Amino acid sequence: MFDFGRYPRLSLAVLLSLVAADIGVGLLIAASAWAATNQVKISNFTFGPNPITISPGDTVTWINGDDIPHNVRATGGGTWKCAVMDTDGTCDITFKVAGEFTYFCALHPKMTGKVIVKTDKTE
Amino acid sequence: MTEPQNSIASDTDSPTGLDRRSVLRCGAWMGAGVLWSVSGGVPYSLGLLGEAEAATAAVAGPTFIQFSDSHIGFDKPANPNALGTLTEALGKVGAMKNKPGFIIHTGDITHLSKPQQFDDAKQSFGATRIKTFYIPGEHDLVDADQGKAYLERYGKGTKGAGYYSFDQHGIHYIGLVNVVDLKAGGLGNLGDEQIAWLANDLKHRRSSQPIVVFAHIPLWVVYADWGWGTDDGAKALALLQRFGSVTVLNGHIHQIIQKVEGNITFHTARSTAFPQPTPGSAPAPGPQLVPAEQLRDYLGITSVTIKRGNKALALTDRELSQI
Repeated sequence: MFDFGRYPRLSLAVLLSLVAADIGVGLLIAASAWAATNQVKISNFTFGPNPITISPGDTVTWINGDDIPHNVRATGGGTWKCAVMDTDGTCDITFKVAGEFTYFCALHPKMTGKVIVKTDKTE
Repeated sequence: MTEPQNSIASDTDSPTGLDRRSVLRCGAWMGAGVLWSVSGGVPYSLGLLGEAEAATAAVAGPTFIQFSDSHIGFDKPANPNALGTLTEALGKVGAMKNKPGFIIHTGDITHLSKPQQFDDAKQSFGATRIKTFYIPGEHDLVDADQGKAYLERYGKGTKGAGYYSFDQHGIHYIGLVNVVDLKAGGLGNLGDEQIAWLANDLKHRRSSQPIVVFAHIPLWVVYADWGWGTDDGAKALALLQRFGSVTVLNGHIHQIIQKVEGNITFHTARSTAFPQPTPGSAPAPGPQLVPAEQLRDYLGITSVTIKRGNKALALTDRELSQI
């Protein structure tokens, strides 16, 4: 049986991962739980949170909450991008290496954002 | 000197022989379109559809209608049937006894650049049997190939991402594209190549020739915080300064805003799909939700008169619901 008392003050995501590890189910559930924390919501022509800080290998999911389509396109020489997302549309991008990655919506270029990828997010 | 793009124009010059000093000076919103009249006579203020049609006959000059931001495919709460309201507006134009010479569409024909949306546009505008000239909005270039779908349909005889010019009734019309290669944090963008083309297009034209420029995003800065302007629009406008009569028609902001600056008159058009908030009146631009029974009030009608000589400009709004 999983001992919840061993892990006080942990988030649901962490608990899920520990449960998964503890009962030998594997890391799929844990990965899904972690991914949910790396969401950038598009609302009122704004990316949020902005910036978003993640760890190498994490995936950022953009979710369009506006009633108008948006996309995501790298700036500063980057080539990564998301195709246009209609309302409630999503896009996943995985960032494998540390660094700062700026982006904007190419339809509404006043919308800009940044992804910070850090090995230690507590720094 | 006329560029090869003139092959786009389908009509011949008016047999009524309006002189080249004629000033584009009169317009009216019809449904969600704008009726423009070109004449050398006394200014008119055209009104509701029936009035506008009668006035058109009285003016006895060529007219055209501006449509904008039809957003075919948009089905969100602000207007669950954008194709329906477009069809409604086009139906009023098609029913006119004195039909306009042509239609200018200032972009965002479709909402998501999908083939079905372009096909619906072709069918809807084609049903009027009135020649329509298009330029793209940013929503028309979001297919996987970033504009290929638009150019396949409307790109014949155009340059770059779809800019061109043509002549009608002594007036030189220029369709510009300012929705390509937008820069992070910036506004609309024409680009150096297009501006160089524009300079060449205007180079040999007499300053007395009336000019009509149409583009999607306003060429002048309406509201920078919401991206409602064009970063290098001033470069294009500088090339137009020497002309005695310049009219700039834009869309994008889904509402009427006008400005007169020297010999240049700026107009932005309403959408046939949904309204947007006035600049700064909401946290962000985007579809403005209004009660369904009031939607046509926001897609209303405006009559415009620009008096020749003193640059006075009169504006009268009329609601679509009153037609």
